[in-house]
Amino acid sequence: MEKIINGVTIKVNEEGYLTDFSQWNKSIAEEISKQEGVGELGPKHWEVLNFIQDQYKKSVPLTIRKIGASGVTDIKEFYALFPNGPLKKAAKIAGIPKPVGCI
Amino acid sequence: MEDILMKEAPAENGVEQKKPIRKMCFILSKAGLESVYACFIMANGARMEGIEAEIFFTFFGLDAVHKKRLEHLHIATVGNPGMHIPTLLGGLPGMESYASRMMRKQMEAMDLPTVHEFLDILSASGVQMYGCKLAADMFKITKDDLYEGIDSIITVGDFYQHAQGDGVHMIFV
Repeated sequence: MEKIINGVTIKVNEEGYLTDFSQWNKSIAEEISKQEGVGELGPKHWEVLNFIQDQYKKSVPLTIRKIGASGVTDIKEFYALFPNGPLKKAAKIAGIPKPVGCI
Repeated sequence: MEDILMKEAPAENGVEQKKPIRKMCFILSKAGLESVYACFIMANGARMEGIEAEIFFTFFGLDAVHKKRLEHLHIATVGNPGMHIPTLLGGLPGMESYASRMMRKQMEAMDLPTVHEFLDILSASGVQMYGCKLAADMFKITKDDLYEGIDSIITVGDFYQHAQGDGVHMIFV
């Protein structure tokens, strides 16, 4: 599937996750964030998104527990930063695939 | 009568309209590791999907939040067909501790948190947790005996009050 974000055509899957990370950039992230109801991305959001992308590049599976142990944020703050399904929303905004773990 | 199902899921452009799950209410009545983890994983999974979650700890389920007991939960080796060992063997001294130790080891390898850490995760994720008043009275347990993330000790009636509204599901473990 393809989706036009900020006038640029992006490859996404049926659920809206980017399928080609090389197409990701900050302005795309800002736009997805608005569409996902997360709104404006502040400095703390970016710290978390950078951490998530870093883990993805290292092929570390994303879990809530990993976020809690990240040193970047804690679980409570993570839920407040990305309300209504934080791990999935953060992954979508970060341009990485949907997390597959159960915890 | 025959129209009720249709009304609840009106078709729009041929696509079934799914009603979202708003809240999952769990009743944990057992303290076996398999029951406790099933309940915790599902409650945590609900929060991860943006669904509210609440756990009501009752009867032996109170052990899962009892400060002195929560680190020492076991898996049942007797009367548990899933263990695939004869009941008589399962009843031998030390068998349950051994099986529980093996299971904890396996869970650690899978990066599953311990019971205490899991409670911390649930609490930080906004899962509301309550003790059952009747069971607490019966076992002479007070709020001070319980994990600090327990909101309060409530009655069954209070618990039902929390379950009011659309899109609420209740699961007994």
